[in-house]
Amino acid sequence: MSYLSLTETDREAMLATIGVEAVEELFAEIPEGVRFRRALALEPALSEPEIVDHLTELAARNAHTGSELSFLGAGIYDHYVPAVVDAVLSRGELLTAYTPYQPEMSQGVLQAIFEYQTAICELTAMDVSNASGYDGTTVAADACYIAKYATGRSRVVICETVNPQVRQVVKTYAPGFGLEVAEVGHRGGTTDPDELRHAAENGACVIFQQPNFFGCLEPAPDLAAAANDAGALPIAHVDPVSLGMLEAPGNYGCALAIGEGQGAGNYQAFGGPHYGFLAAKEAFTRRMPGRIIGETTDVDGQRGYVLTLQTREQLIRREKATSNITTNQTLLALGGLVHLAWLGPQGLRELGETCLALGEYAKARLTAAGVELLFPEQATFKEFAVRVGRPAKEAIRAARAEGIHPGYALGRDYEGLDDALLVAVTERRTPAEINRLAGLLASAKKL
Amino acid sequence: MKLIFEKSQPGRRAGSFARHDLPVPEVPATLRRRQPPRLPEVAEPELVRHFTELASRTFGIDTGFYPLGSCTMKHNPRVNERVANLPGFRDLHPLQEEDGAQGALELEWRLQEILTEICGLHACSLQPAAGSQGELTGLMLMRAYFADRGEERDTVVTADTAHGTNPASVTMAGYKLQKVGTDARGNLDIDDLRAKVDERTAGLMLTNPSTLGLFDEGIEEVAGIFHEAGALLYYDGANLNAVCGISRPGDMGFDIVHINLHKTFSQPHGGGGPGGGPIVVRDTLEPFLPVPAVVRDGERFRLDYDRPKSIGKVRAFTGPFGVFVRSYAFIRAYGPALKAMSEVAVLNANYLLARLKDAYELPFDRLCMHEFVLSARRLKREHGVTALDVAKRLMDYGFHPPTIYFPLIVPEALMIEPTETESKETLDAFVDALLAIAREADESPELLKDAPRKRPVRRLDEVKAVKRAVVRYRFEEHPDLSQEPSEARMLEVQKGA
Repeated sequence: MSYLSLTETDREAMLATIGVEAVEELFAEIPEGVRFRRALALEPALSEPEIVDHLTELAARNAHTGSELSFLGAGIYDHYVPAVVDAVLSRGELLTAYTPYQPEMSQGVLQAIFEYQTAICELTAMDVSNASGYDGTTVAADACYIAKYATGRSRVVICETVNPQVRQVVKTYAPGFGLEVAEVGHRGGTTDPDELRHAAENGACVIFQQPNFFGCLEPAPDLAAAANDAGALPIAHVDPVSLGMLEAPGNYGCALAIGEGQGAGNYQAFGGPHYGFLAAKEAFTRRMPGRIIGETTDVDGQRGYVLTLQTREQLIRREKATSNITTNQTLLALGGLVHLAWLGPQGLRELGETCLALGEYAKARLTAAGVELLFPEQATFKEFAVRVGRPAKEAIRAARAEGIHPGYALGRDYEGLDDALLVAVTERRTPAEINRLAGLLASAKKL
Repeated sequence: MKLIFEKSQPGRRAGSFARHDLPVPEVPATLRRRQPPRLPEVAEPELVRHFTELASRTFGIDTGFYPLGSCTMKHNPRVNERVANLPGFRDLHPLQEEDGAQGALELEWRLQEILTEICGLHACSLQPAAGSQGELTGLMLMRAYFADRGEERDTVVTADTAHGTNPASVTMAGYKLQKVGTDARGNLDIDDLRAKVDERTAGLMLTNPSTLGLFDEGIEEVAGIFHEAGALLYYDGANLNAVCGISRPGDMGFDIVHINLHKTFSQPHGGGGPGGGPIVVRDTLEPFLPVPAVVRDGERFRLDYDRPKSIGKVRAFTGPFGVFVRSYAFIRAYGPALKAMSEVAVLNANYLLARLKDAYELPFDRLCMHEFVLSARRLKREHGVTALDVAKRLMDYGFHPPTIYFPLIVPEALMIEPTETESKETLDAFVDALLAIAREADESPELLKDAPRKRPVRRLDEVKAVKRAVVRYRFEEHPDLSQEPSEARMLEVQKGA
């Protein structure tokens, strides 16, 4: 099977028009020495039904959140994706368009991104958002690049309570960007503002996460103030789902707000594709990476939208561009917009309240079952850490045998936490499911 | 058309969910949100109509021919959407234990093997999120490779025909840029190149076939120059659609390749993304690839983090998995006949070229590969119409314009890439439109200047957009730009690629 449209008659007519006898002649300019002379060693072609069967068989060997009760989070969450998101994202016009270089052909997608930018700015209390970054890790590297040029400094400070993968990606980008990366440890699950202030001296920026990787609520306004005191740009890595309940970074002094968008509008999908969002105060507009949509009018005075401020971008500025990003995550960001519009401000608040309420319920049930909270003093959102009294990996193995994934093993990233599990509770979980988890962890503890 | 925010009414809503009658704990006062975000308040019927109208104001491959050069806008098979949405893929958490993700890991491993074979190299990482990130990752590999060898090299060479991403990536990777020119046949200028490659050169970034749609006839010599200097060759896979099963980057002498899964292997472009930018490398570079590596141990698949020389991570997890599902399904539909895909892509492009080269100027009179670049220079000189005008007029004929004003070395460039999935009827209709437009340029150039007439908006004032920089809706303070004078100030700059 293939997706080609030419008939044999078409091919002959076309070759005649070109003035060659065979398709091979079209490749005459490829030097002999670099021609590939055998067939590609690929498995035989499959028909469409065979493709479906083959991939269905592969998919069946994955334990997904429909087949296993999951408390896994750690950056990617089992939030409900509304049917209307699927419906919009499967519209062929939106699915199969590309970057709206020609605005008259693409007013729909341009307006949609303008609306996305607005929604992100509203969530974060910022002035400008780009049309999306790759994910919640790469936008952190992007933000560091902005901070380097905005401050002329080259040291970035990241809290140890920031998602480990975010920290790893920033460290990978750092040598090319000419950045040094310093980390600030936590005190009982959150960051100490005074310690951060000290670490941020001569820093280009400070990145903290709210709620942090442990699910704990950081003293975010104090952390932003500490960064500002030191002359470093405060950058908040935030969960969009939390922003109906938690204060927006732009309202407590942050220069930039970044985050992983998956929880708003995207499936888990084994890690992607998702979207990263990056929003900033107006002063940073011309240092932003990536596409930005702006409003204007056409020759008749009618409102319209275009790609704008493009002199920042690689296609015009080349080696002096603010970033090399080209293809971004527009379709996933559109999923985010549709989800946020489906929720509205009231729905977003209720979603946050539900996550909070179920999280508290889970903490209460788990502690009643004899499980110890890792950071009992801290307020949390959607996620919290517990000690299970034995290696977390064993606890996970035992629980999965009972059809429950109890959470993420924190020992994978943090020393001394081999017995700690990070438990995520989204609005998708029910009190009955939480009771099952508590029962399982309690009985496991007795063993 | 109104913005969704302008359709909002207080108290209206769409979504809801179970609340379980549980007490909601107080958020500490200093952390609590004071003013709710002004998200749209709409009911589901309005929501659906709004986005349906936005879809109807968007032109995709599903709508019609989209020959945007260097973007490979081919048909996106729907079976790929079906399989990507299987719950076992769609609802799989990326931190699931390896024994609960064997199907996903096997798919990733299989795709790595396929891409390695297509490139004629040795190892693959699927992690980069798009072509540009693949470029940057490749340059990070170069840096790690030379650091490991204790060599100090600080310069990367790119062609003057390169995509803007190449020089931008060079800067982001901390390298200095050295540009090399193009010779009279459209190949890399070998003499210029020799003068610019030395012991400080880390490598070359090259697209082959180039953005002119031409296969570099001197590629073996180019590779020799870099390898003799101890430098590496990076293959920008933007144009891989021309050569699958015909010529492999590894056989051409390239050491690092990125592949655009959204171009060659049909991940839908989504209005700007997502993409996928796997990198494929020679064995000498494998130790530096991002972690985790997806490896096979007998019948099992696992993630290997034990790579002490790895550059680290460039993106979360193993990469944009949903893209891998679609591209894997796409490749399995062809099997070894992927070669036929590239052959037809090249056939379609040469057919368009043969029919158009008399009406428009062809700067390099050669056979093309999967795309070609024409110049509207003569139309500009004789009739005052530009490549931009031709592009806008094509819209009235129902076609998406080609890439224009790129590559930069061709004045008034029209860069046309039909892809293999188009029918002869579509190609003929497109040719007829471009020939008609060339006649219109002579007889009634105002038809081009006033175009488009049949789209939801006419030409927009891009200068005003930059000056006003209205990049978000401002609710009650939102400016009414229509009250200000407006002109068709469209910038004659690269649009596409």
